[in-house]
Amino acid sequence: MADVRPRKLSRRSTGADAVFEHGARAVGASVLVITGGVGVFLAWQAYPTLKRYGLSFFTESQWAPDQDVIGIAAVLTGTVSVALVAMTFAFPLSVLVALYISEYAPARIRSTLVSLVDLMAAVPSIVYGLWGFFLIMPYAAELALWLQRNFGWLPFFKVENTDPDAAVWDTSRYVASAFCAGIAVAMMVMPMACAVMRQVFSQTPQGEKEAALALGATRWGMVTSVVLPFGRGGVIGGTMLGLGRALGETIAVVLIVSPAFEIKPRILEVGTSTVSSLIAGRFGEASTSQLSALLAAGFVLFVITLIVNTLAAVVVNRSRSGAGTDA
Amino acid sequence: MTGDRTDVLPSIGDQHASTTVIPAVPAVPAIPAAPSGPPVPTTASLEAERVSAWFGQRKVLDRVSLEMPAGRVTALIGPSGCGKSTFLRILNRMHELVPSAALAGEVRLDGQDIYAPERRLTDARKAIGMVFQKPNPFPAMSIQDNVLAGLRLTGTKIGKGEREGLVEESLVRAGLWLEVKDRLKQPGSALSGGQQQRLCIARSLAVRPRVLLMDEPCSALDPTSTRVVEETIQQIAADVTIVIVTHNMQQAHRVSHQCAFFLAAHGTPGVIVEHGPTDTIFDNPQDQRTSDYVNGRFG
Repeated sequence: MADVRPRKLSRRSTGADAVFEHGARAVGASVLVITGGVGVFLAWQAYPTLKRYGLSFFTESQWAPDQDVIGIAAVLTGTVSVALVAMTFAFPLSVLVALYISEYAPARIRSTLVSLVDLMAAVPSIVYGLWGFFLIMPYAAELALWLQRNFGWLPFFKVENTDPDAAVWDTSRYVASAFCAGIAVAMMVMPMACAVMRQVFSQTPQGEKEAALALGATRWGMVTSVVLPFGRGGVIGGTMLGLGRALGETIAVVLIVSPAFEIKPRILEVGTSTVSSLIAGRFGEASTSQLSALLAAGFVLFVITLIVNTLAAVVVNRSRSGAGTDA
Repeated sequence: MTGDRTDVLPSIGDQHASTTVIPAVPAVPAIPAAPSGPPVPTTASLEAERVSAWFGQRKVLDRVSLEMPAGRVTALIGPSGCGKSTFLRILNRMHELVPSAALAGEVRLDGQDIYAPERRLTDARKAIGMVFQKPNPFPAMSIQDNVLAGLRLTGTKIGKGEREGLVEESLVRAGLWLEVKDRLKQPGSALSGGQQQRLCIARSLAVRPRVLLMDEPCSALDPTSTRVVEETIQQIAADVTIVIVTHNMQQAHRVSHQCAFFLAAHGTPGVIVEHGPTDTIFDNPQDQRTSDYVNGRFG
C-alpha cells in the first residue's frame, strides 16, 4: 500500500483580491474589538464599585451615594418590568403585522407597509418619548384604572393608596409608570422584531404553502400549519432581539417615568426606574466614585443584553428558518 | 350565474348542471360503508369549458376546452411554456394564487362550475387534490401527521380508530405502506424523494378527493421511484380521476388513457392542438405538429 497523503493546496489571493480580503477581515475584526473593548472598559470601571459593595450592589434597592448606599435591585427590576410591558404590547403587534405583510397584504400596498414599518424604526426615540408623554399617558392611565378595577387581584395590577371606585380618581397615581413607559418602548421595539419576523415568514417555501392550500386549507389554516411553524425561530429571535433593545431603551423612559427606587411589581403605579434612565439621570452630577457605580450598573445591563441577544442569535440560527436571517 | 367574474363567456353547461345534484364534496370519509344516504361518489368527471388565462396583460391560454372523464387518466403533454401547468392549476383554483393572474371560462366538476360565486374555494380544492412537481411534505410533521394534515386543515373530525384506518388505507393506496408502516411517527422529511412524493399522494388521497391533479410528479425523481409512482397512478386511477402533466412522452404513453397536446406557437397563447385516446395520439395523430412532438422532433 503506497503512502498517500493529501496534498497541500495553496490558496493565496493576489492583487485586488488580496487587498479586499485583508481589508474585509480587518473591518470584520474591528467589530469584535469594539464590542470587546466596551465590555472590558465597563468591567474595568465597574470593578472598584463591585469590590466595595460586593453582593449588596445587587440586593440593595436604594441609590443614595451621599449615604454610601448603592444598589441596582430596584432599577434592575424596573428595567425588566418596562421591558416585559413593552414586549407584551410589541409581540402580538409585530407577529400580526409581519403576518399581514407577508401573507395577506395585496402586493401593491406591501412595499409601502414595509417601508412604513421601517420608518417607525427610524423615528428618534425622543420623539416616541414625547409621543408617549403627551398622547399616550392620559389614555394609558385610564387603561391602567380599568385593569386595576377588573384585574386588581393580580399583584402586578395593584395600585397602592388608591380607590378604584372613587368618584374622582387620582390620575397622578396611574401615570409615569412602568406601564406607560413600556407602551412607548413597545413602539420602538415593534419595527425591529417585525422586520426579523417578516423576513423569516417570507422565506416560507412556496411549495409547502401551496401544499396546504391545495388540500383545501383556508389561508389562516395555511398560516398556522406552515408559516408559523417555519417561522418559529424568527418569531423567538425577533422577540428576543426586541427585548434586548427594550432593556436598554433610555430617553423615552427618562421622559415618561418619575424616578422611584423601590422594588415593585406594581407596573401600573406611578414611579419606577431603569438602569439606563438611572445612568442618564445621574451622569451629569456624578463624582468619580459615583461614576464608577453608574458604570457598574451599565456593565450589568451590558452583560444582560449580551446574553439576551446571543440567545436570540442562537435560536434564530438553529431553527430551520434561520438560514438567511441576518439577526 | 351573472356576477360571476369568470363567466366572461356564455355558459353552456347550465341545463346539465341543474339536473346533476351531487354534493360539492363527498362528506368525507365514512370509511368504507356509509350507513345512510346515497353512496358517495368517489370519482367525478372534470370538464374545462373555453378556459382562457392571463398573467397580467399576457394571455397564456386561449379558450381551451377539455373533458376529463371520471376514473380515467388524462395526460397533458406539450413543450415548456405552452400553458399546460397553468391549465392544471386552473382546475383546482391554484392559478389565482398568483397576484396578476386572471381567467375566463368554466371548470365543471360533475357538471357544476367550481368557480361559481356560491361555491367555496376551499371546497373546490378539497374535492380536487394536487400533487406537485417537487415533493412537499410538511417537514415538521411525522409521516402519519402528514397523511392526516388535510383533515386537520379542513377541520374534518374523525375518530381515533378511523384515523389509523385512514392512514393505512391512504398509504396503501399510494404504495408506501410497506415501507413506512413501522415508522409512522418519524418525520416525513426523512424519507427519500420518491417516498416523499408518494407520501404527498397519500396526503392528497386522505381527504378523498374526486379528482387528483399531478404536475410533473416524477420530474424530480430517479427512474426507479418514477416507476413506483407510475404504478401507484395506475392503481388509484380506478377510483380517482387523474389529470397529469408530464414532459416524459413514455410516461404519458404508459399511464394515461387519453392525452391532450398543448402548444403555444411563438408569441401566442397556448391551445390544445389535439386530444384523444393515448394510443391514437401516439400512433396515429391527426396533426403534423402532434406527430412531430410525440416522435421527439421538437420540444
